[in-house]
Amino acid sequence: MKAPLSWLKEYVDIDCSAEDLKDKLFSCGFEVEEMEYIAKNIDKIVSCKILSIDKHPNADKLSVTKVDAGKYGEKQIITSAKNIAVGDVVPVALDGATLFNGERIFNGELRGVPSEGMFCSGEELGINDDWYKGASVNGILILDKSFPLGEEVKTLLDLEDVMFDINVTANRPDCQSILGIAREVAAVLSKPFKMPDLTYTTDKNISTVKTVKVSDLATDLCPRYVSHLVKDIKIEESPLWMKRRLFRMGIRSINNVVDITNYVLLEIGQPMHAFDLSNIEGNEIIVRRANENEKIVTLDEKEFILSENNLVICDSVKPVALAGVMGGLNSEIKDDTKDVLFESAKFKRDNIRKTSRALGQRSDSSSRFEKGIDAYTTEIGMKRALNLITTLKCGTIACDEYDLCAEKLVEKTIETTLSKVNAVLGIDVPKDEIKNILTKLNFKVEINGDNLTVKVPLYREDMESYPDIAEEIIREYGYSHITPTLLKNSSITNGKKTDSQKAVDNVKTFLTSLGFNEIITYSFVSEKDYDLFGFDKESEEHKFIKIINPIGEDMAVMRTSLLPSIVKTVVYNQNRQNDSGRLFELAKVYHPKSLPLNDFPIENNVLSFSVFGEKEDFFTLKGVIEKLLSNFAYGVDFDYISCDYKFMHPTRSAIIKSGDKIIGYFGQLNPILAEKVGSDKPILCGEIFYDVLSTLFVPKIVFSNISKFPTVERDIAILVDETITCKEITDVIKESAGENLIEVSLFDIYQGNQVEKGKKSMAFNLVYNSQLRTLNVEEIDASISDVLSALKQKVGAELR
Amino acid sequence: MDIFEQLREKAKEEIKTVSSSKELNDLKVKYVGKSGEITALLRGMKDIPAEERSSFGKKVNDLKDEVSTIFDEKENVLKENELNEKYKREAIDITLPGKCPEVGNLHPLNLVKNQIIDAFMGMGFNIFEGPEIDTDYYCFQALNIPKDHPARDMQDTFYFTDNILLRPHTSPGQVRTMENNKPPIKILSPGRVYRADDDASHSPMFHQIEGLVIDKNVSLCDLKGLLDEFVRIMFDRETKTRFRPSYFPFTEPSVEVDVTCCKCHGKGCNLCKGTGWIEILGAGIVNKNVLEMSGIDSNVYSGLAFGLGIERIAMIKYGISDIRTLFENNVKFLKQFNRR
Repeated sequence: MKAPLSWLKEYVDIDCSAEDLKDKLFSCGFEVEEMEYIAKNIDKIVSCKILSIDKHPNADKLSVTKVDAGKYGEKQIITSAKNIAVGDVVPVALDGATLFNGERIFNGELRGVPSEGMFCSGEELGINDDWYKGASVNGILILDKSFPLGEEVKTLLDLEDVMFDINVTANRPDCQSILGIAREVAAVLSKPFKMPDLTYTTDKNISTVKTVKVSDLATDLCPRYVSHLVKDIKIEESPLWMKRRLFRMGIRSINNVVDITNYVLLEIGQPMHAFDLSNIEGNEIIVRRANENEKIVTLDEKEFILSENNLVICDSVKPVALAGVMGGLNSEIKDDTKDVLFESAKFKRDNIRKTSRALGQRSDSSSRFEKGIDAYTTEIGMKRALNLITTLKCGTIACDEYDLCAEKLVEKTIETTLSKVNAVLGIDVPKDEIKNILTKLNFKVEINGDNLTVKVPLYREDMESYPDIAEEIIREYGYSHITPTLLKNSSITNGKKTDSQKAVDNVKTFLTSLGFNEIITYSFVSEKDYDLFGFDKESEEHKFIKIINPIGEDMAVMRTSLLPSIVKTVVYNQNRQNDSGRLFELAKVYHPKSLPLNDFPIENNVLSFSVFGEKEDFFTLKGVIEKLLSNFAYGVDFDYISCDYKFMHPTRSAIIKSGDKIIGYFGQLNPILAEKVGSDKPILCGEIFYDVLSTLFVPKIVFSNISKFPTVERDIAILVDETITCKEITDVIKESAGENLIEVSLFDIYQGNQVEKGKKSMAFNLVYNSQLRTLNVEEIDASISDVLSALKQKVGAELR
Repeated sequence: MDIFEQLREKAKEEIKTVSSSKELNDLKVKYVGKSGEITALLRGMKDIPAEERSSFGKKVNDLKDEVSTIFDEKENVLKENELNEKYKREAIDITLPGKCPEVGNLHPLNLVKNQIIDAFMGMGFNIFEGPEIDTDYYCFQALNIPKDHPARDMQDTFYFTDNILLRPHTSPGQVRTMENNKPPIKILSPGRVYRADDDASHSPMFHQIEGLVIDKNVSLCDLKGLLDEFVRIMFDRETKTRFRPSYFPFTEPSVEVDVTCCKCHGKGCNLCKGTGWIEILGAGIVNKNVLEMSGIDSNVYSGLAFGLGIERIAMIKYGISDIRTLFENNVKFLKQFNRR
């Protein structure tokens, strides 16, 4: 909300500096987001009388003038201006002057003739015709001949002011006006507030009620509708003071009637409308919902097709205004308008908001209505408009009005206690302070022992109960009175993480210890990613939820897989000379239970990971996964089976399973896909379905005694077909070695000149131990021989 | 010079010339071994008169001990020399770089999230994470933001249907906690939130932490005490808070909380735009309507709530000027947050 200091001063005697006022407003909840000293930098532009105008000796388009600059003496000014004459009083920027836009003017020379300044236009003073007649001309601003000479023009034209731009919170629509801000200023400065004059003179021979009929057929959308007739209007220019106020607020002056409606909107905060009565057919005003496909052309000559969600003001045959948004072109005020029907109404904010959004039509009125108008302001607004008609002597006011008020206005009473109010604050505010503060804010206060009864001013529709009163008190009393206590009256609670919250922390710590950096990527992705990555159209991954109003196509659907995000992150890094790295993300994916969405979707936690760079391959990633699984799901068997996902390398990727459950998948990203997303290097990546895996977590550490007897190690090297997997061999070894084998691990694999084509050599280390006794050589030998024969039989292995 | 002296001097001379443990050992055998020269003297005992035998024997043994000691001393010297030689051969350049696998770290936003959680967990808070995709009821209505409320414009929300949406704040965590728990309640609700905004200071996805305390007689003074302690843990012990009036539909009274600038400590700098204060969070006393809607008796209990943006805290703490940096995940950026 913008409010010029000069205007506020009309209602409050402000005796502090603008800076102080800014600080005080800040402390009571009205942050001044911007404070502009208008025309402050205009300097040394003074009123001068033109004494002579002569042709420039060296330039046809320039003139050499002499001016009387009062106390500055006589000056010579070179100009190209054509709209000046000897005897004119004009603003002249003298040596060292500053214009409105900050530009500096110094003595100079034009085509060989010295110039001691510059004539100024209205624009160079930051004004137009609304501020001073003639300021809009394309030339020099000609001032009143009666002005004293050599005086600062900014003083003569009253240009200086301070403009506050105040952040008004959504609960205080009553402060979306100069009046509302002034009320707060008065309270915070403990000064009386002067209400604007609301009196007006009526003509008992003219009656609104006899001239037009007003009926409200949409009470739910229009809680109050006030209509007042003004006859014999003289459409003319507004007085200077009004034009200047509108100018400061950025509103162009049109004529007195239109200006009055704008002035009331700014000052009182009530959007007003004025109809030309001659265009109201059937002498009837009806407030109703629009008919389906009904049309209206608004003042700005745009046509809208309406629905029953829109509220319209109609005469007996047609809509004449889109309620709360804009008047109709068919009933606008014209230069020959004779009789005007003023409207001041309260329309439901929600409906105006919806209409304005749906039609894409906004106005100062609609944005004001969207914030909320109270029924009291509706009444004040009309009175002020009529007062201005009287003041401007531009019409004859009817002696009565239509006031369709659904509810009678009664001041709300809040009955509470001082102790309840103080309990919210945690301090005891002195009784006198409470009374004083609430009174300043126009509440009617009664304190009886601990009982506090408060009558709320009509414009404060936000006030409901004692916490609201507590807030009113503390924002004026000062938050610096709040003294810190650490929940002194509260029970002790034990703050700790749950097991599953701790597990998440532990998994992340585990991964970071192995060199992984955590990433965070957006939860929404492009629908195109799913086709690019080749997710099966029938798969769960392809059933995603779409945002109705996304920022862009690339953030339009909720992801069902983290893989595209992490792969893109890897490519982003590779393109920025980050040639190697290990990344992970633990985040949610979103699966609808059904489409279209009619219930909460399932939000599953997924762990995505990727390793890239020269040192990384399938097995460096697999090593991490194996460690992760064995650390967190101790003792659980996991199988690695080949993976047929289109986005993965067909022979270098694996699905991780535990029994029937798919835990995740990993491996090399399909190289064709990698190329499509902009990478020519292998990307190892995958996902673990964290919520599935975490059901297998073993929270307790399982301890077993260390055997007192020595372990025996044996190595065997075998030759097998290259298609035989390591897993097949170790399974055979485990099955055939007997109960004393405690570990088997591969330590070498060889394929090349030393072995037959199509075969590979594999070397395993077998570890034997017993909890009960020292194993003897014979039984180890027997076990090894069993293993070798089983290997030969089951996988065709030969001892090397 | 008798035989004893001759032997002693001879042994001494020979020991002097020895330069290796092996030579010394050979020499030791030559003198004090089983058939060594000194030992051999004892074999000549039979030629000694009986009354002198005992003094002769003692002399031989003394000589043996004396020479043995000389051998031991020499041995120690030689061993030390040899060890020194070995150490010299094993010398390395200790300033060569060490070898260790790389260690990664958490994303800065989660580092900050953990710091915040730790600060409040110490004050008795537990953690509750609600769904990110939520209903109009939990995100708005139950927080005292009815359908026609202008405060809905405060957040530009992403919708899936009229009723199902991406939560624009973590405040629904409050509602769910109150619905499912009895006071006393102290809860933090962290998580991802979403709003249709995208520029240097706004990201369409960001992170918040909502805090809620419900108990008897909870007041603004408690809020102040709690947040004072929090900012001292989060920034430094000198950090102070300032409350100023604000408005949120779900709290009444509502405050914006500023902290003294962590860079200039209140003197005024570019980070705090010369004011000495930085806005870090919104808070207040839980609105009575919100308590009642979630089944908490507002005549018995009161509550305080606060909500803070993790990005904002991280950006202030680490001096990050563009929020988008946090979501690009450039490894060079991420690796800078590896101090433990």
